[in-house]
Amino acid sequence: MKENSKEKKEIEAIKFKKGELLAEVEELSGENLFACYQCGTCSAGCPYVDDMDLTPDEVIRYVVLDRSEVLSSKTIWLCSACFTCAERCPRDINITKIMEALRQIVLRKKIDHSYAQKIPKKERETIPQIAFVSLFRKNIG
Amino acid sequence: MIMKLLYFPGCTLKTSAKNLEKSSFAIMEKLGHEMEEMEDWTCCGVVSSLSDDDLMRHLAPLRNLIHVEDQGEDKVITLCDMCCNTLKQTNLRVKERPDDLETLNAFMDRENDYKGTVKVLHFLEFLRDEVGFNVIKKMVKNPLKGIKIMPYYGCMMLRPREVAIDDTEEPMILSNLLSALGAEVVDNPFKIECCGSYHTIENKEIVSKRAHRITNFALERGADSIVLSCPLCRFNIDVRGKEAESMFKGFKQIPVYYYTQLIAIALGLDPSVCSFEEHAVDPSLLLKKKGVYKN
Repeated sequence: MKENSKEKKEIEAIKFKKGELLAEVEELSGENLFACYQCGTCSAGCPYVDDMDLTPDEVIRYVVLDRSEVLSSKTIWLCSACFTCAERCPRDINITKIMEALRQIVLRKKIDHSYAQKIPKKERETIPQIAFVSLFRKNIG
Repeated sequence: MIMKLLYFPGCTLKTSAKNLEKSSFAIMEKLGHEMEEMEDWTCCGVVSSLSDDDLMRHLAPLRNLIHVEDQGEDKVITLCDMCCNTLKQTNLRVKERPDDLETLNAFMDRENDYKGTVKVLHFLEFLRDEVGFNVIKKMVKNPLKGIKIMPYYGCMMLRPREVAIDDTEEPMILSNLLSALGAEVVDNPFKIECCGSYHTIENKEIVSKRAHRITNFALERGADSIVLSCPLCRFNIDVRGKEAESMFKGFKQIPVYYYTQLIAIALGLDPSVCSFEEHAVDPSLLLKKKGVYKN
């Protein structure tokens, strides 16, 4: 994803009380983050892990430790909800839902991550429609 | 027995994956079954909502399920993996959580209430369970002899497990189909990995890298082509894979088929139903080279 300084500033401006980030993630995802024992199976199988700044297991740890800078990570936007981590987690944590919860926390503050206007015309004509609908659903609030 | 089935297309089957639809209809006709496009279909609402409180995003898929019930059917066939996944996930959610269904039904005042009778079927699932690969095998006219094909599943057909049409880690459905058509199956651990999905819009390089990784491993294992089902996987591996040729020296993208195209060719149907010209790497050349069919 391209660095967007406006978006970065807006995300950094989101303030949380102690424990609020974790509570919100738990509510949106319905998952218990304390169940994670940091084995790293999710990260080992993640197809995007090479391009991520935080690995999926680190994301969980950041949320548990109340470190809201996790919302500025590339990782949450790189996740394309392929469910590989969720299927393989030995603690049966749906990490895919945790990633979605983090995206939703940002999007629900009216901060968009993608802009339809920026997509070149040629791309708009050739790329399958499902890709656009998916992108907008994941990256626009 | 002739089966008559309702079909849910979705947006992509009417635009960039017309050949998937066309070849599927041709197969159904050849098999002697009828497939009819459902009325009043809308966007499936692709990528199922993963936030627990977000019921709004289940409206589009639910509306389509209601329209299936309205047409007096209890089954609907999908060709697109993403539509299939979305419809199945919403169907499952409203079955598991009747309260949510009540809320959704109450919200839609112009629609009938959803009774929960619809079964969503992937076309591949239908061919395996209701037609049978052995039946297809008996009808093969042009066996795909000498073609080494790697099956590629992607995500939406296999995960999450509750809506999977086969084993999530070791799926066999495409392999079994390929064997029935007489092709040689080349296995590959990357067959269940994500193709890059919607990143193809804003992050082409990542998708090209993924396409390269998947195809390159297929090449190392000696495959000369890839078969898959999802229209977005086809675009990403075929088109973005072709673009990866300039990123990786010596890399050459191999042809990518929809399974329906291969069935159509094997059953001896006119190759024009496959519209191979819509692919970035022309898949007809390999078939001609191996003598599966002539012009």
